[in-house]
Amino acid sequence: MFKKIVAFLFLLLFAQLASAGTLYIAAAADLTYCLTELNATFRSTHPDVDLRVSAGSSGNFFAQIKAGAPYEIFMSADLEYPRQLVAAGLAEKTSLTPYAIGRIALWTLDSALDISTGLGMLTNPAVRRIAIANPGHAPYGRAARAALEHDAVWEAVRAKLIMGENISQTAQFVQSGNAEVGIVALSLLKSPKLANAGRYYLIPLDSFPRMEQGAVITNKGGANPVAREYIQFLRSDAARAIFDKYGFLLPR
Amino acid sequence: MLLTQVDLEAFWLTLRLAGVTTLILLFLGTPVAWWLARTESRAKTLVEAVVALPLVLPPTVLGFYLLVALGRDGPLGSLWQTLGGGPLAFTFTGLVIGSVVYTLPFVVQPLQNAFQAVHENLLEAAATLRAGPWDRFFSIALPLARPGFLTATTLGFAHTVGEFGVVLMIGGNIPGQTKVLSIAIYDHVQSLEYHEAHVLSAILLVFAFLVLFAVYTVNRRFRLQRQ
Repeated sequence: MFKKIVAFLFLLLFAQLASAGTLYIAAAADLTYCLTELNATFRSTHPDVDLRVSAGSSGNFFAQIKAGAPYEIFMSADLEYPRQLVAAGLAEKTSLTPYAIGRIALWTLDSALDISTGLGMLTNPAVRRIAIANPGHAPYGRAARAALEHDAVWEAVRAKLIMGENISQTAQFVQSGNAEVGIVALSLLKSPKLANAGRYYLIPLDSFPRMEQGAVITNKGGANPVAREYIQFLRSDAARAIFDKYGFLLPR
Repeated sequence: MLLTQVDLEAFWLTLRLAGVTTLILLFLGTPVAWWLARTESRAKTLVEAVVALPLVLPPTVLGFYLLVALGRDGPLGSLWQTLGGGPLAFTFTGLVIGSVVYTLPFVVQPLQNAFQAVHENLLEAAATLRAGPWDRFFSIALPLARPGFLTATTLGFAHTVGEFGVVLMIGGNIPGQTKVLSIAIYDHVQSLEYHEAHVLSAILLVFAFLVLFAVYTVNRRFRLQRQ
């Protein structure tokens, strides 16, 4: 009996579910909806592949991959993270692929708020809470901070800021009505889920550093042929058309 | 279809994690609880305090220490790798280790209480009949502590199912490997998939209620039997 229980225990512990055609993707949260479409397109030519997506903040994934997390493809909202992985010998240099340039927007569901004048309106007392992503580890948070500093309102609105763990949670704060406004990724506002929700003001590209986004194959994914095919796909016209549809600018 | 493929996977993964964790804790926790229930040693208070730590520590503290300990260069991580294992952080095995630590008091404390309720004179009577320490434990203490084992098993299992913070920190969010139900709900809420979040949350709510209801019902029956 005892032996049986122990054997069962070990079986449970070490049973692996992964099949041959599986690809583990860590994706920046701005891709939450865009990736559904990208992956559907990829699977139309690779029907047997099982794509496992984790969405979150790029900085967190970067830290996790450095600590040994088994992601095979890393799609980062800041190209700097994949570059640093390559420099640390944790990812393949030749696979480094800039796929898009991110845009940010001031977004509200509150019809009483006029956001058409840009970030200056945030000092308005009717705006009690402003959602941004955490600048510490989310690239969209850094972009939001830069834009607020560029328009010289950062100090004035600091006390109103609430920080999302990643850009998708930031959008959720606004969507659920817990923040009157938020600075979020344009790609989320272009998704079928939010396309007709509220109004947004597109923040000019010159008020924050260029948000170049990039994908890379980690050392874990080096042996997986699907990882290489996926990177090829990200460089294809089909993929670029989808990035364009979700409001990203395209590199080169 | 009420649950998507990924959610279904999260469901099984959660049951697997809770099952393995509870089994390990019953094996590890029983001797510790027995010792705590019987010892007069000064170390008892110390061990009791250490066992209770996960009750009061924020999951982030446990998660942080575990992340460091399980990492490539951490004590557990490097030991595991010299033994031929892979990296521990962000794997199912790592989650099991984290859950064992996090759920320890929920298994040890009910067992300790149950063992303490076993009267010393019963064990002494058995000893005068030449029952050895092992025999006394298995023939007298263990059967008498049955309600404690039931409570320990259900609470240990349920608490592991309800884990979030530690899993978020040492598990990442990998479908089929570390994405348990609580993380799947967090993910759904962030992706504005409220319908899916509602379904999973309702499942956990009903589950938690049923577990506690069952424990209290059975404990009540045991108490009535004794009276």
